[in-house]
Amino acid sequence: MAKRTPFYDLHVQANAKIVDFAGWDMPLHYGSQIQEHHQVRQHAGMFDVSHMGVVDLHGTDAGPYLRRLVANNVDRLMDGKALYTCMLNENGGVIDDLIVYKVADDFYRVVINAGTREKDIAWMKLQSESFDVSLTERTDLAMLAIQGPEAREKITRILPAAQAEAAIALKPFTFAVFGDWFVARTGYTGEDGYEIIFPATDTARLWSACLNAGVVPCGLGARDTLRLEAGLNLYGSDMDETVTPLESNLSWTVIMDPADRVFIGREALEKQKQQGVKRRLVGLVLDGPGVIRNHQKVIVAGDGVGEVTSGGYSPTLEKSIALARVPVDIGAQCFVEIRNKQIPAQVIKPPFVRNGKKVF
Amino acid sequence: MSNIPQKLQYTKTHEWIRQDDELLTIGITDHAQTMLGDLVYVELPEIESSFDGGQECAVVESVKAAADIYCPVPGEVVEVNDAVIENPQLINQDPYGKGWLIRVRPHDQKGSGLLNADEYSKVVASEAH
Repeated sequence: MAKRTPFYDLHVQANAKIVDFAGWDMPLHYGSQIQEHHQVRQHAGMFDVSHMGVVDLHGTDAGPYLRRLVANNVDRLMDGKALYTCMLNENGGVIDDLIVYKVADDFYRVVINAGTREKDIAWMKLQSESFDVSLTERTDLAMLAIQGPEAREKITRILPAAQAEAAIALKPFTFAVFGDWFVARTGYTGEDGYEIIFPATDTARLWSACLNAGVVPCGLGARDTLRLEAGLNLYGSDMDETVTPLESNLSWTVIMDPADRVFIGREALEKQKQQGVKRRLVGLVLDGPGVIRNHQKVIVAGDGVGEVTSGGYSPTLEKSIALARVPVDIGAQCFVEIRNKQIPAQVIKPPFVRNGKKVF
Repeated sequence: MSNIPQKLQYTKTHEWIRQDDELLTIGITDHAQTMLGDLVYVELPEIESSFDGGQECAVVESVKAAADIYCPVPGEVVEVNDAVIENPQLINQDPYGKGWLIRVRPHDQKGSGLLNADEYSKVVASEAH
């Protein structure tokens, strides 16, 4: 029996095509994935992301625990700020990517991927043993992302006045807490917007408020093309436990200073840096016809090969784009093997699209 | 429920076939376009190319996946629909009309092995299980 989020009945009412995603019955689209994509790039859309895991960390050691648990450094966080980071194993492999929100010195919230929830929590519990910190999975909460250039304007018609005013004042990657409601200016689309975590009992009310404000329901299909255009990695496709952040275009999230912060995976990353990183994650833009798909072969001048980790169609650019893991010295051009043909592609540094515009 | 017009013939691989005098017009069914989602790329054969029955003759790609189109009967391609190359979403909008793919002159007129609408409905129903 697949799991369902508190929004499930509302998706069905909105004519969603429901698909399995990591054991969850989730909306793929509500009619047209491409229209939903454009809606988010041009106006505002909403995504049910309640399948993701919300874990609250309480205790005097919450900060020290996270300093060791994740590769980015939570010491950089002030109260009310969010941080994107990878959680690594001892080999530097990525267990998951997550967002850490600092509420207070003794209270952090982390949001983890749906497909890795059980694995993450087992790992996080194991690592917590020598710290004064408790982990609580908040299955009583739901989560909705409201994304798009009109998200801030729409929020005034969705949240009560005082909360909306605070939400509008939020800077990117910050958040505000109102009792059980948690409003963050974060997202996974390359557009402005919010992610709201709130009591599951308020699900129907929030959904109707969004609909009334003209925020259109969008499915996982549009979420995937939006994040790909934004050059944001998808866990399980673009990275997993067999690769490090240094091979995943995420070096910026690995903080080596100060040298005495011993985080899990640090030693392996230092060794990898010393020996030289051999592969990296780049963006590809297809010049020729066709659509790049996951796992297709990338052929590089010389004798190098790489692999497409996320391939697809970009509705904004109206051509195929991809993320691919390739030899580190790849030039500006390569070929992708699509259905036994070698099609030329441009190599770029992601993102492809930010705030509705082409950026490469 | 997907639309399965009575007057057309079908294949198990979700092509539809319309007999217009001695020519066959071929496209993909409403069920197929629904399963694929928004179409974004179409590759059609050269005019005058010949195919065996069941041979790959075209490719349609959606936001989700690529799908081969199989020539339902042995025949020669006499016309292709350039409009769907320009605008693949015509297949989503009008799979049995403006979204047609190719026109074929069959090598023989029997058209054996094709399904009627009721038989094809059963294929679609069985996939739902």
